[in-house]
Amino acid sequence: MGHTFVEKALARKAGLESVVPGQIITVRPDRLLTHDNTAAISKQFYKMGVQRVADPGMNVIVLDHVTPAADETYATNHKIIREFVAKQGITAFYDIGEGICHQVLPEKGHAWPGAVIVGSDSHTPTHGAFGAFSAGIGRTEAAAVMATGEIWLRVPDSFRITVSGRLPERVAAKDLILHVIGELRADGADYRSVEFAGETIREMSVSSRMVLTNMAAEMGAKNAVVEPDDKTRAWLEGRVTHGYDEIRADADATYERTIEVDVSSLAPQVAKPHTVDNVVPVTEMLGTKINQALIGTCTNGRLEDLVAAAEILRGKHIDAGVRLLVLPASREVLLAAMEKGVVGDLVAAGATLLNPGCGPCLGAHQGCMAPGEVTISTANRNFKGRMGSKEAFIYLASPATVAASALAGAITDPREV
Amino acid sequence: MQTRITGRVWKYGDDVNTDVIFPGKYTYSISDPKEMAAHALEDLDPGFAQKVQPGDIIVAGKNWGCGSSREQAVTCLKEAGVGAIVARGFARIYFRNCINQALPIATCDAVDGVESGEEVTIDFAAGTVTTPGGVYRFPPLPAEVMAILEAGGLIAHVRRQLGIE
Repeated sequence: MGHTFVEKALARKAGLESVVPGQIITVRPDRLLTHDNTAAISKQFYKMGVQRVADPGMNVIVLDHVTPAADETYATNHKIIREFVAKQGITAFYDIGEGICHQVLPEKGHAWPGAVIVGSDSHTPTHGAFGAFSAGIGRTEAAAVMATGEIWLRVPDSFRITVSGRLPERVAAKDLILHVIGELRADGADYRSVEFAGETIREMSVSSRMVLTNMAAEMGAKNAVVEPDDKTRAWLEGRVTHGYDEIRADADATYERTIEVDVSSLAPQVAKPHTVDNVVPVTEMLGTKINQALIGTCTNGRLEDLVAAAEILRGKHIDAGVRLLVLPASREVLLAAMEKGVVGDLVAAGATLLNPGCGPCLGAHQGCMAPGEVTISTANRNFKGRMGSKEAFIYLASPATVAASALAGAITDPREV
Repeated sequence: MQTRITGRVWKYGDDVNTDVIFPGKYTYSISDPKEMAAHALEDLDPGFAQKVQPGDIIVAGKNWGCGSSREQAVTCLKEAGVGAIVARGFARIYFRNCINQALPIATCDAVDGVESGEEVTIDFAAGTVTTPGGVYRFPPLPAEVMAILEAGGLIAHVRRQLGIE
């Protein structure tokens, strides 16, 4: 009998011939990702009575959540992290300005096919786009991985989502995943490993695949994965310098659920406040007034996203009643966007350019909302209070839909611009 | 760990996310657990933090604790005195965070048998939640997971594992 991706990846890491869903195994992850929460994690780590991290090479630390520090508390937090990094001899440390952890980790060569990655951030499944097993964990658990080098994992059941058809003009990976989450609901894939497969996925760029694995967290997935191919290998070229063994699901693997999606006639999608599974086609929301538009985050802050927005905004100007915030996902993305002239297009169109990082996505700084305000965002969460006031409203959409809406001052179908 | 807990219920619905349990804007500005407790469930039930009593039990619908991995969403409730959480389902990182913080949890449909203010009894040995509307069974936790809970959380468990007293 064949095995799913996650069964093979975890069995190999645990040194077992095979594993079954429900089985609990202990593994030494290849990478442990932490971010601004490393200060809190380091406190938990020292409470465990250990002085040195088990394997400094396992740690990847990226400052991204509130960068540059918004006030003294955040600055002190960052200082504690820099001191911890120096004391522990951790080399994979990326200070403010490098970008969002889920963009920086693969850019710096810490994700590869078959790798086992855990991270103290719920969007850690993103790295499955490179054929890795990648799952989120909590703070104390990250401290325990630092202390012991190990973690227990329960082998999950698997879903396989096979996508066919060609995405229509100005319909993107974001629209596909919002549609899937709307169908499966917020807990539809709770604790499951989700495999994305099919011709549409093969046609997609690595950046687009990252949108899918990133947002799989919003339907509860433990991890999500896309089988590696030539595009994956080309992306990793020069970043991952060691060899790796790719892992693919067997053709006769057992899935708890298989889902087929045809995107040929998919419309741009919008998730309405205050849950990510509250999804409707953009055509049902036309004319909804907005105060702010955000293009960026670990979901949609890559070059192709900025290009999609620039194609709509070039030579035009956003509505006078709208603030447009643009946050490239990393320094590398920002440089590429500058070279392509995309940054100039967006800023000339009225965008406020922010530094690479998480920005206002978690409601701590750089564009929080007042009561009654509305933001349309390319982020992955629209929970009540997420971006400041609990009386504010967040709509989620693709970069094209957000750009078109910024232009009009209201939610707009990007196919009509 | 107590095997039997009786407490007054705070009842909530489905898909309660960590942003309404503990708002993201406080995740890096508040590090004192007592201060975290003062903001517990602030954006869902503003009266909760003032009125919750030690030993109270949260009983909820499906997907409790979805969203962010922030552990403060567990810490704030534990510090506020919550004795246990019973839900139809837990988001997986939240589930692990509860175990790691030694906040007892049970997965069953008890939300169908109780209203806020009523009492329930959780018997971890028997695997039952007794409500005014009936008795609900829940599956036992795997031995590896119980060991963490019984040690008093992951920090104590790791110390024991590493032989640090």
